[in-house]
Amino acid sequence: MTATTDTTGSAGAAATEALTRATSLLRFATAGSVDDGKSTLVGRLLHDSKSVLADQLEAVEHASKRRGQEAPDLALLTDGLRAEREQGITIDVAYRYFATQRRRFILADTPGHVQYTRNMVTGASTAELAVVLVDARNGVVEQTRRHLAVAALLRVPQVVLAVNKMDLVDWAEPVFAAIAAEFGAHAERLGVPEVTAIPLSALAGDNVVEPSAHMDWYAGPTLLEHLETVAVDTDPSEDPVRFPVQYVIRPQSEEHRDYRGYAGQLVSGVLRVGDPVTVLPSGLTTTVAAIDTLDGEEAELAWAPQSVTVRLADDVDVSRGDLIAGAPAPEPVKDVEATVCHLHERPLRIGDKVLLRHTTRTVRAVVKDLPYRLDVATLERADRPEELRLNDLGHVVLRTSEPLALDPYAANRRTGSFILIDQADGTTLTAGMAGEAF
Amino acid sequence: MTTAPSRPAAADAAAPPAPAGNPYALTHLDALEAEAVHIFREVAGEFERPVILFSGGKDSILMLHLALKAFRPAAVPFGLLHVDTGHNFPEVIAYRDRVVAKHGLRLDVASVQEYIDNGRLRERPDGTRNPLQTVPLLEAIEKNRFDAVFGGGRRDEEKARAKERVFSLRDEFGAWDPRRQRPELWQLYNGRHTPGEHVRVFPISNWTELDVWQYIARERIELPEIYYAHERDVFNRNGMWLTAGEWGGPKEGETVERRLVRYRTVGDMSCTGAVDSDARDVQAVIAEVAASRLTERGATRADDKLSEAAMEDRKREGYF
Repeated sequence: MTATTDTTGSAGAAATEALTRATSLLRFATAGSVDDGKSTLVGRLLHDSKSVLADQLEAVEHASKRRGQEAPDLALLTDGLRAEREQGITIDVAYRYFATQRRRFILADTPGHVQYTRNMVTGASTAELAVVLVDARNGVVEQTRRHLAVAALLRVPQVVLAVNKMDLVDWAEPVFAAIAAEFGAHAERLGVPEVTAIPLSALAGDNVVEPSAHMDWYAGPTLLEHLETVAVDTDPSEDPVRFPVQYVIRPQSEEHRDYRGYAGQLVSGVLRVGDPVTVLPSGLTTTVAAIDTLDGEEAELAWAPQSVTVRLADDVDVSRGDLIAGAPAPEPVKDVEATVCHLHERPLRIGDKVLLRHTTRTVRAVVKDLPYRLDVATLERADRPEELRLNDLGHVVLRTSEPLALDPYAANRRTGSFILIDQADGTTLTAGMAGEAF
Repeated sequence: MTTAPSRPAAADAAAPPAPAGNPYALTHLDALEAEAVHIFREVAGEFERPVILFSGGKDSILMLHLALKAFRPAAVPFGLLHVDTGHNFPEVIAYRDRVVAKHGLRLDVASVQEYIDNGRLRERPDGTRNPLQTVPLLEAIEKNRFDAVFGGGRRDEEKARAKERVFSLRDEFGAWDPRRQRPELWQLYNGRHTPGEHVRVFPISNWTELDVWQYIARERIELPEIYYAHERDVFNRNGMWLTAGEWGGPKEGETVERRLVRYRTVGDMSCTGAVDSDARDVQAVIAEVAASRLTERGATRADDKLSEAAMEDRKREGYF
């Protein structure tokens, strides 16, 4: 194994050259069951975008042969760990990385069969786009509605409907159109802003990376083209400034005797020197004196999601857990209503005392009420459940020990989200989104 | 052995193109940097005694660079821990000592050689010392009561790592139990642990080998010379070019030859292979990595070839 490079002519060289440049980053998630061909689709994306390297492909070829398959089974590229098989568990999300000439991708690949709700909630929480897979023969089924509802609940900005196995329905447009219409109607009810529907065959490779030769009635992009070109950068200047303080930088050195900077990551908005800001939960107001970049330079402005250090004009008391906010600033609250997804075998009940982690702040909280459980497929409410179990979605009312500067999740995914933690052993129990879900 | 010319070379090719339309667009390197810095600051805010695992390899050098940026103009509020197999490339140790002196860092060394000398560890028949690092690592963590240990592991490296969390909980034996790993939502990292447990933190989880090299070019980060093409006396074992040395090579029947090579990863000399390469500067390396048809571990790590689940097994025992 001594050769390291493969020069595949001038086209290959140009593509390689393009890979060496800086591009944008897209985080996306896939949802679908094994039967929908999700593993094959992910394998196909990685393989056809040349992201699978020779030694990985060789391993897949060996494994496929051992199982008596002739062609390499691309689904094996996303195969689980031995520990998972032995213990019969599924680790919630596997992350895959690939790059094309136009974009770098981080794919949160969530297993569809077991514990799907917890897994997809986790994968979708950081995704800017979700691909929901449907088997063209079956159309929109209960699981499709579940996946779409989770994407809507987590406020994933973009949803792609991938209608797979078009080869098994004779590449028929009416089949695709009917599925796309039904899915679109459901998405609208859930408040999903935008859906892109793409007919494809992951097994044959049609419309995944290469355009299909079988569906000339479809003029839209292939899945990869769509992933490469979809606009996901929202304009941060329209959002209010939210800057959770992570750490106070005080060098206490000769050179920086009076330096006091608040280190953090802007989670929304554009912050400028001179801006009036409110420190929460105290409510004190001051202005931005300086913004220091990671390169140690002073900047006039910074925007989400940059990590910077902020200095304030007045000597106000600010520490980790505080939020530096622009207008309109959230009103700190101790009574929290939220839609939650329960993530652990230990159920959540009224009266439970837990820790609540919101941005960089951890407070104590008690579960005051469980008004309803939500059926994620039908969106029907079951009133007053006894408890919320693993994979349950529901509404909770919490009372916290100290006030939280909470935004509605619908307005801000970072300052509207929290997790509940077991006080005794630190287990992450529940994912919460402030406000009403649908 | 000759060393290649001084580095780093120009960073021009990694400079971001003018973002079209949106003046607030970030490049992928900006986004990855902001995320990694956020993770460093979270650990500084939540833990008592963090430490950075530092091997002198490019991923640990990248981590230190990000940590320096995260806390400036203050010093990095934690030190370095080097698990030293005793089979080191001299260029790497020299680099380590230079960096420690330059930034006034605290360095702890856990020495595999000491464990072998006092009989607490035994040399393996194949001479490989990578698997021997686990015990000294865990004892150093225990002795120093480190509660957060930064590792340079990346999820693109290996399939056992594809499912690793950014905050990875380890029990009092340093072991990784898949059942106890916590779902990580949004950017809410849960670092709570009970006494005796610690958390491994992987701030560059989402970086690929190519990202690392592009960032090294952009930031003009100096690396040990062995990452760039140079003439070296090597011999072939199991398809890899190994450096002749006191650790036990070449054996009979293995012939030494002089070749133009570079190291794609840096680890224990006995199981880290060089690759044929004429990439003498960082831009040439970026071009080479982009065109490479083998993963970095597949090309250079003998220990990952031992079995299909080699990395997974070592990880469960408390390896990096």
